[in-house]
Amino acid sequence: MRNLGLDVLLKGTNMLRLLEGLWVSLRISLIAVAVSIVLGLIIGSIMTGKNVIIRAVTRLYLEIVRIMPQMVLLFIVFFGTTRVFGINLDATAASIIVFSFWGTAEMSDIVRGALISIPKHRYESAAALGLSKVQTYVHVIIPETLRRLIPLSINLVTRMIKTTSLVMMIGVVEVLKVGQQIIEANRKSSPNAAFGVYLVVFVLYYIACRPISFLAGRLERKWS
Amino acid sequence: MSFIQIEHLSKTYKGKDDSVHALNDINLTIEKGEIYGIIGLSGAGKSTLVRCINLLERPCEGKILIDGKNMPELSEKELREERRKIAMIFQQFNLLMQRNVLDNVCFPMEIAGIKRKEARLRAKEYLKTVEIAEKAKAYPVQLSGGQKQRVAIARALASNPEIILCDEATSALDPQTTGRILKLLKQINEDYGITVVIITHEMRVIEEICGRVAVLDKGNLVEEGPVSEVFKNPKSKAAKRLLLTKELSEEGEENGLN
Ligand SMILES: Nc1ncnc2c1ncn2[C@@H]1O[C@H](COP(=O)(O)OP(=O)(O)O)[C@@H](O)[C@H]1O
Ligand SMILES: [Mg+2]
Repeated sequence: MRNLGLDVLLKGTNMLRLLEGLWVSLRISLIAVAVSIVLGLIIGSIMTGKNVIIRAVTRLYLEIVRIMPQMVLLFIVFFGTTRVFGINLDATAASIIVFSFWGTAEMSDIVRGALISIPKHRYESAAALGLSKVQTYVHVIIPETLRRLIPLSINLVTRMIKTTSLVMMIGVVEVLKVGQQIIEANRKSSPNAAFGVYLVVFVLYYIACRPISFLAGRLERKWS
Repeated sequence: MSFIQIEHLSKTYKGKDDSVHALNDINLTIEKGEIYGIIGLSGAGKSTLVRCINLLERPCEGKILIDGKNMPELSEKELREERRKIAMIFQQFNLLMQRNVLDNVCFPMEIAGIKRKEARLRAKEYLKTVEIAEKAKAYPVQLSGGQKQRVAIARALASNPEIILCDEATSALDPQTTGRILKLLKQINEDYGITVVIITHEMRVIEEICGRVAVLDKGNLVEEGPVSEVFKNPKSKAAKRLLLTKELSEEGEENGLN
């Protein structure tokens, strides 16, 4: 069998370093996901209101996030703030800010969509059963909103985890960067390392995202 | 004194620069235990009228007396109590998607604080009444339209209502299923003595089970009386038009054009 270059991973602490790198990516995305869910629920609910100014501002926000590549946002926040405002932001903090900024926009849009897709007769039917406002939300509206929300937000979470590989562009040493370092260091002794290392990175991402999309599939089947 | 008494009921929806007079000075009475039909073309104000009965819509003027109680004067809490005696069935069924059939029927009883064991026992009875007991464990997505409406009727029974309001309850169903659901409503009316108010734009629904009918046209009550009389001898333009569309659709059915 050909040498797949997996041997470098057994050298020293290489495997451990890769796992630490994965944790760096996951930590950034999980913090950003938590922030995005909380802010997204709030902003998404506000967006269904009638206030014209709030609606215009949130629309603009969403559009900016949609148009702008995440990498540009990272560069602006990381290099921009240090130069222009003289704030010394570390790369991980900049990444968390950018990913929260992005995730919150997408999440608000998902929440807004789920809320406005609940037809009026749902509220009426609950009222006709003699439910109070609170009971209507607890038993009817919130479960139904969540049902529409969960598959889409889980999809967003996996996209966020995947996209964290961009943070190495501003110097965060995450799993992909660690992988590159390992390959560089072993260029002479094991020239096939690139294949093995990237294969393992692939598997690590798979293991990290798989339970989430599995859950999404389960929920979707149960509720569709 | 009639069971349901509507007096000088008016409802206007106020928009930014225009307002819609959905109901103008409606007067009608419905007796206990009868099946009463309200018919009219789309936009005539039927849904508004039926939603005023259980106060999902607050009337601008007029009285809605149910068993002597004037609905608009009740407090929020009294109103919720009163609403439990008035079940409502919708065109869209409005079952809870995350609960199975049995739990959907248990739901109103849960809210009313009935013990789970008793609720389940009663729910199974109601499911038998509507002939869908074998689907107790199924989820609403697994049911056909007619089956969903049966579950909705079982859920309506669960709150032990004195009145069932049906807003286009059969309009999403095919003619055959419509016939079966109407038969079921008739049977419930007879067995439980529940007063049934049926809103529809289809003449045949009225013809099949209603005793008396009111014709609504652009927010006005233009004709009222026993079904046989109104259909034999329509006086209003609206009633004549509804009869005509019915004849046309029947001709269509006979010619296989429908
Ligand atoms: N919430 C509302 N706001 C404004 N206008 C409404 C509202 N609900 C109904 N209307 C208007 O009132 C009229 C009667 O509507 P509706 O009672 O739904 O008629 P129907 O059930 O007979 O089709 C229509 O012109 C409709 O556009
Ligand atoms: Mg209607």
